[in-house]
Amino acid sequence: MGQASQQALGRYQLSQLDVLEAESIFIMREVAAEFERPVLLFSGGKDSLVMLRLAEKAFWPGAIPFPVMHVDTGHNFEEVIDFRDRRVAEAGVRLVIASVQEQIDAGKVVESTGRWASRNRLQTSALLEAIEENGFDAAFGGARRDEEKARAKERVFSFRDEFGQWDPKNQRPELWNVYNTRIDRDEHIRVFPISNWTELDVWEYIKRERLELPSIYYAHERSVFERDGILLADSPLIQRDETEVPFTETVRYRTVGDLTCTGAVKSTAVELEDIIAEIAATRITERGQTRADDRASEAAMEDRKREGYF
Amino acid sequence: MTNDILRFATAGSVDDGKSTLIGRLLYDSKSIFEDQLDAVERTSVARGEEQTNLALLTDGLRAEREQGITIDVAYRYFATPQRTFIIADTPGHLQYTRNMVTGASTADLAIILVDARKGLQEQSRRHAFLTTLLQVPHLVLAVNKMDLVDYSQDRFEEIKAEFSEFAAKLDAPDLTFVPISALHGDNVVSRSENMPWYTGSSLLHHLENVHIASDRNLIDARFPVQYVIRPHKSDDPELHDYRGYAGQLAGGVLKPGDEVTHLPSGLSTRVSRILTADGEVPQAFSPMSVTLLLEDEIDISRGDMICRPNNTPAVSQDIEAMVCWMTDTRKLTPRTKLIVKHTTRTAKVMVKDLRYRLDVNSLHRDEQADHLALNEIGRVRLRSTQPLFVDEYAKNRQTGGFILIDEATNVTVGAGMVVKAE
Repeated sequence: MGQASQQALGRYQLSQLDVLEAESIFIMREVAAEFERPVLLFSGGKDSLVMLRLAEKAFWPGAIPFPVMHVDTGHNFEEVIDFRDRRVAEAGVRLVIASVQEQIDAGKVVESTGRWASRNRLQTSALLEAIEENGFDAAFGGARRDEEKARAKERVFSFRDEFGQWDPKNQRPELWNVYNTRIDRDEHIRVFPISNWTELDVWEYIKRERLELPSIYYAHERSVFERDGILLADSPLIQRDETEVPFTETVRYRTVGDLTCTGAVKSTAVELEDIIAEIAATRITERGQTRADDRASEAAMEDRKREGYF
Repeated sequence: MTNDILRFATAGSVDDGKSTLIGRLLYDSKSIFEDQLDAVERTSVARGEEQTNLALLTDGLRAEREQGITIDVAYRYFATPQRTFIIADTPGHLQYTRNMVTGASTADLAIILVDARKGLQEQSRRHAFLTTLLQVPHLVLAVNKMDLVDYSQDRFEEIKAEFSEFAAKLDAPDLTFVPISALHGDNVVSRSENMPWYTGSSLLHHLENVHIASDRNLIDARFPVQYVIRPHKSDDPELHDYRGYAGQLAGGVLKPGDEVTHLPSGLSTRVSRILTADGEVPQAFSPMSVTLLLEDEIDISRGDMICRPNNTPAVSQDIEAMVCWMTDTRKLTPRTKLIVKHTTRTAKVMVKDLRYRLDVNSLHRDEQADHLALNEIGRVRLRSTQPLFVDEYAKNRQTGGFILIDEATNVTVGAGMVVKAE
């Protein structure tokens, strides 16, 4: 925790980042203590990098007592994958990859085609199969309640039945910091240690902890095209129609996900300070600005989550 | 960033203007984003509503939007230069008492809304009672829709007097009254010109300035052991004998050199170092998550408690508590067997006796009651298979609160607040 901030607030007071960090560390330790086979979902994106840092801190000087798992759509930003591998090696944790491509190749899921093709929804199947195959009983996710209205309703310890489904109308009451971790065979819990963090908290924490990020979070030149107000990367993975003409723009990514449905934002922010200033002033949510998958309907996230999505 | 965090719960129904108030706080603090507002406007128009329905911002579930009511707790976030806020937006109806209890359990402050035209309702009294039962330290009665009573001081004073009389029967802590119009913004963010007779703070000003640092218990040191860190790194001889007790302070202050007692053994030793991943700290206090190193080797595991020798919680298997029952799949009756989770300790318990059931509207105690059903609250005696290290809930919400779990379904079926340990 920051010594300087403690002085600024006076005796026995903590800054908001210290309070949030303490809460997240408590949650991670609770999982490590009460579950047999937890796993941390890790994409190499900013939220999962914060999660990995929190896990390092929670068990220091011991090693992180669980592996990390990437649900890989195969539609990745190369920079992010390189970064993912480097960071995982540095943390000394085992990386499990749940591959959507393998699911497609094995005929377990069918990929949609055409202009709107996205593997986003197929992640659910790969994720659930990997959870089952590895016998994971708890999976940490980096979702935050400020991201989306269905997520605002979700518990920190969110129960999933044997089909991996979330039942929003039948959630376990969650009081104080006493978390119910009990499950039967084949059921699991999704745990969201940074539920109470906002996007700005995440960035402030990245700055405070001096966390390294994949380069695509910072402004760079990229060939993009516009679809529905979202700037998508010009890539062989996305089918463009004749009106969608690519152009070069200085952009950065505010979120990092599947390349085919994650949009870039125009930005010249090359330093963390610039990004924080940008986020503080923005009038559009990160998912609204950058995620094509949430635009399908008002309840798109709720529907995906019911099926077992992150 | 040196902001602190205020967690507050809002209680009241849609009719009282709760969602409008939250919408106003979020909007005026620039925490509603354009795309969210656009989505809400589109939906409002599609549903044929005359005004933009800000309740759609907080009612995140399909079922809630369909029924036009809040079913479950939603958490919302906003910040001003003074403070960061976490709102637990809780439903007001009787059938969602358990959700309000959930939202209040972590709140520093609760806002209860009443409609100035209707005055105190049964549900306002219930909300006030639940707030005090959960020991929320600060309570604000927001008298809303003042515009519809011509900003009448008399009407405000009338409601204030009526509520004060009721609150005196409760154990209401710090009580504040604010006359507002959430719709027009009177006294929400800034003081209203329509009510010059009101000399208090605007609601937001109160939220920004209410003093919460001293609400935490900094007297009674309580460290529930959560996890034992034993690194076993063969290449690092310094870590060979490392045995750290990780956990989050639930009260009091601990410093290196302090004499401490371990429960259940009763053995004493001293704190040698207090560590975090950022290094050694000179002291630990709630809610810090730290790792303690002790001078002597004692057999300590998860679920144990570290405290000061002359200030220990009760070590008891017989506990009397107020219990809120949270399931409709079974009832709480004498001899019901359950699992209790209290701090980091889990044990089996049996209900020995239901002393009375409390009517949450009239506060009448029914001593003839033989069960608690969903959303009912009663005073219960429990016998645990293992000793628990408990404080009265009024002294410490962490070491005085527990959950009850049904062993057959694994569902959380009750929440308990310790009244006394025998």
